[in-house]
Order: sequence, then structure tokens, then C-alpha cells
Amino acid sequence: MIGLSRRARDGLTDLWLVGPASLALLVLIFVPVVAVAILSFTDYQFGARTFNFIGLENYKTLLTDPIGRRAITNTLLYVAIVIPFSMIFALLVAIGLHGMASWAAPLSRILRAAYFLPVAATLVAMAIAWQMLLHPSIGLVNTFLNAIGLPGQAWLSDRGLVLYTLAAIGIWQTIGYNMVLFLAGLAAIPGHLYEAAACDGADRQWERFWTVTWPMLGPTTLFVLVVTATNSFRVFETVATLTKGGPAFASDTLVYALYREGFVYFKAGYASAITIVFFVFVLVLTLTQFGLLERRVHYR
Amino acid sequence: MVDSRGRGTSIRIRECAKTFPDGTRALEPMSLEIHGGETVVFLGPSGCGKTTTLRIIAGLESPDSGGQVWFDDEDVTALPIEHRNVGMVFQSYALFPNMNVEENIAYGLKIRKFSRGEVSSRVEEMLDMMQIHELRHRTINQLSGGQRQRVALARAIAVQPKVLLLDEPLTALDALLRERLRVDIDRLLRDLGITAVYVTHDQAEAMSLGDRIVVMSHGRVAQVGTPRQIYFEPRDPFVADFIGTMNRLSGVVENGVLTARGGSVELDEHPDGPIEILFRPESATIGNTGNSMLQGRVSGVFFLGDRTRLIIEEAGEEPVIVETAGSREFETGQRVGVDIDRDAILVL
Repeated sequence: MIGLSRRARDGLTDLWLVGPASLALLVLIFVPVVAVAILSFTDYQFGARTFNFIGLENYKTLLTDPIGRRAITNTLLYVAIVIPFSMIFALLVAIGLHGMASWAAPLSRILRAAYFLPVAATLVAMAIAWQMLLHPSIGLVNTFLNAIGLPGQAWLSDRGLVLYTLAAIGIWQTIGYNMVLFLAGLAAIPGHLYEAAACDGADRQWERFWTVTWPMLGPTTLFVLVVTATNSFRVFETVATLTKGGPAFASDTLVYALYREGFVYFKAGYASAITIVFFVFVLVLTLTQFGLLERRVHYR
Repeated sequence: MVDSRGRGTSIRIRECAKTFPDGTRALEPMSLEIHGGETVVFLGPSGCGKTTTLRIIAGLESPDSGGQVWFDDEDVTALPIEHRNVGMVFQSYALFPNMNVEENIAYGLKIRKFSRGEVSSRVEEMLDMMQIHELRHRTINQLSGGQRQRVALARAIAVQPKVLLLDEPLTALDALLRERLRVDIDRLLRDLGITAVYVTHDQAEAMSLGDRIVVMSHGRVAQVGTPRQIYFEPRDPFVADFIGTMNRLSGVVENGVLTARGGSVELDEHPDGPIEILFRPESATIGNTGNSMLQGRVSGVFFLGDRTRLIIEEAGEEPVIVETAGSREFETGQRVGVDIDRDAILVL
């Protein structure tokens, strides 16, 4: 490194460190995104030699065609159910296990692992278990319902029910991960704050929760919200393994529609339009969450 | 205003010990009476049990069975902290970061269901008292350490607690700020006349704030006394060493005269045999080499402005530290004589 100033050498080091990752990011993410964005304005079919620019036609189809609209509303409904329930249950479980750690540490650890299992397990394998549990005639769920005198349900083939069933599985799958995040957040709250609240006379659990736990968990909650939202927008495996979007598109979601149009029907142009809509949803959601909440949870 | 000057709540600790679940004995059984309106400072190195004692008084820890805590005529041993009506200032301030200064101060009042008018007038009073009016709408993250501690103090006394507990409140601050806040806390405690228990490992804080000091070591009370008693009449070598600087001179007494390495010191009425005497640096003076009690060699000179601190070797087995107020200059290696004020000699 003859003739280079220290500053120039530091600069080169920085470039060398950041370069490979940036290049990979550019080639593997940004270029494909731009390609997909361009493809979404064409009628390109996978394998075809030519294509035509058709303007916003793909988007028009997606937003006006009943099947396309169904995928969008289904996804939004799914997300709207999974986000609040998986977060609230995860928070309750985390608070319970955090408290339990002080008087029954081994049990707390066992339960923690049990709640985390769905995260570690392969969802496709778990889907088989769910299929058996939810089987209309021999499934455990209906057997149980019949035993207590309630009618069994066609969990995965009833058009009005199937999306809620998938949402329930989504919640079951997400709780463990969110719980781990909340547990880390709870562990980071300084004990002195609870003592100060108690000293000031906060003698009820909920007073301490609203004074200390909830505000101090703000950054964690924001993070959990963003992660849960993006993950539930991407719902695919349960749809693909349990329902294939059916019956009659009642459980069709954006990513499953994208898979079907792109990899089954080879409609690359249309699939690209779905991808862009999906991308915009997630982007808007994430930006809103950070923009709205970031300032309010970090207390700076 | 907590108009309780001279009639604050008294605290009685009876046979309180603390053993933690892992078997660590943090506090040996101790009893202590703290008078109403008195400021008592628990002083000792870390791990001596001073904070445990404070937390037992607060109700954050319960003593081992048999121990009791009384506020005046009420046995509060079984009462949790939220019902003891104590104010507490934490070393880490423990302010709520999601609330601004005003809301932090008002928190305890709101929890206690004070009316809106009472809350706001009380908050005004606290902002005045702690001179933090201009900070009222700031969030905690916008405050410096000293400002935070003022807010923490305001929050602690806003609810008019029976007892104010301070757990190393100044430890996290720099030296200059510490001294300034120490003066403010002293004034505050005198003005309020509230019973206060103050925990610190800083002897200067203890000396200047405490009506009485409880020196603790290894979970035991080493000595309880006024700052003067603790300084001038330490009851054991630990207290003597922990508070200020103490010189040790060992030798053998024969016919009332102690013979040490660098000379001899006349003692009144001490039996013959080996002995160790203690004296403070300011109780010794530098004399002439010829006719002083001890002879030694200067090995360190520290000019402190108003006085000079000398380290003198060869006078005793251990170096002797002498502080001299004069403007006389010393050099290392110089031979000097040391005279000890015989009235200030301690034998433990």
C-alpha cells in the first residue's frame, strides 16, 4: 500500500468489507426486483420466446378478477387475525413463563421448549399432523367435539371456516417465536423500575404492567409486530399442503396464487404483478409501523 | 409540606438477619433503633450487608424468620413495600422512561388517588423544592445524571413518605456533582425533618450527611456512632482503617515506653509487651531529626494545596503518613523527625 494515505487505506478496507455483500444484494435482490417489476407489465409466459408490454393489464386483472381479489382479501383477513392473536397469546405466555422462572425454573424451561417446538419443526411435517387432527370423521378435534355433545366441523373443506382454521394454525406456529422475543424483552427490564413502581404504591399486577412492563416492552413489541406481519403475509406452506387454496379459492392467498400462476400455469407476467402487489403491501406495512411507532416506543 | 420536623417516624430493626435462597448469609442478626427525623447512614464496602438492610427496611426483602421491622408502634415486617409508605431513591434512579419529569413525580400521587388539584400543587411544590421547574416537560432521556437524581428525589418525597430511603444515590455521578448534590440532599433532609436511611460506600458522604453512621462489614454492624465518634473513637481496626487514613505503629512497650523501628513513644499506663498503636495523619507533626519521637526518611511528597502529605519510611514497620499544613518544602530521601500527639493515640 505504497503512496496511499491512511485515510485512503481505511476507505479501501471499508469498501473491501462491505463490497461482496453489497454486490450479492444488488445481483440477487435489486436486479430481480427490477426485472420482476418490468415483467409485471408484460404478458410473458415462462418458456415463451416473445412477450408484449400490456401496461397495467395484469394489475387490473388481479384487482378486478374475483379470484385475484379473493387472494388479496383472504391474505388481509388472515394477517388481521394472526397478528393480534399470536402477539397477545405470546405476550401472556411470556409473562407467565418469566414469572414462573423464579419459582419453578425447570417447569418454565420445559414449557418454553414446548412452545418453541412449532417454530423448530418443519411446517410441512406438522401439516400432516394437523390434517389428521382436523380430519372430519376420524380427527381428534371432531372426536372431542362429539364427545362433549358439539357437532364436528369440516375444518378444511368448509368454505366459511377454512381460512380461520389456517389462521389458527398460523397463530399456533407463531406464538413460540414471538414468546422467545418477548421473554428476551422482559428479561431486559430493570428490576428497579418494578421496585420504584411498588414503592410509589402500585400494588396491583395490572398497575405494574401498564407502568413498567408494557412501556418497556415497546421496542420488542414493535419488532414482534413487524416480524409477525411480514411472516403472516407470506403464508404459503399450510395453504399448499392442507388446502391448495380451496375449496373454491376460499383459502387462496397472495403467495399461493403467485405460486399457482407462476409455477403451475407459467404466467410469469401475472405472477410478477402479484409479487409486486405483495411487495408493496409488506413495504407499506413495515414503513407505517416504523414511521408511526418508532418514535413512540424508544423514548428518545 | 411534610411538616414533621423532629417528629418523623422512628424505625426499629429487631434481630433482622438475611439468608438468600442459595444459602448466602448477607446479614447477621442485627438490631438498631433509628429515631424519628434522624438521618442514619449505612457505610461499608460492597457486600457488607448495607443495601440488604435498607431493602429490609423498605420491604423489598423480608428478614429471616424472627426478624422484625417496626415503624413507630406498628410492626411492618409483613407489610409489602407498596403499603409501607416509604420513599426510595435508587442508585440507577429507576425513573420511568416513558413519562416526562412531571409525570414521574405525579405517578405515586395518582396511584394513591389524590385529586387532580392536589396532584398538580404537590408537583409544583416538588419542582420548586428541587429547582427543576424548567425540566418539567423533558423526558428522562433528555436529562443529565444530576438532573435525573433530582427528579428521583422529587418523586420519592412527593408522596410524603414516612421514611426516605436512599440507596447509593450519588454513586453514579462525577465528583463535583456529587459534592453539590450532597449539600442539596443535606439541606432537604434538614428541611423536611424526615427520617432518612442513606446507604453509601463513600465515607465523605457518610460523614457529612449522617446524624449517626452505622459502619458495616461482612454482614455485621462494626460500629454505630456519630461521625465524630466513628472518626476519633473507632472501636475496631476495620472501622479505623475504613474511615479516613490511619497509621499503624507496632513495637514493644517496656516501662511505659513504646520502642518502634524509628524511635520511641512514651505511653501512659500500658502494660509491657508487644503493642500496635494507631494515629491519624493530622495527629502527627514533622519535627527536627534530633529530638523527635521517631526518625524516618521521606519517600513520597504530595502537595495538596492547603497541606502537604508525606509518606515516611523507616519510622515504623509500615510507612507512616503525615499531613503538614506549613509551607515548608520536602524532598524524597530527606530525613525527618515525626512527633505524635499523645492524646490522639488509639490502642485497640
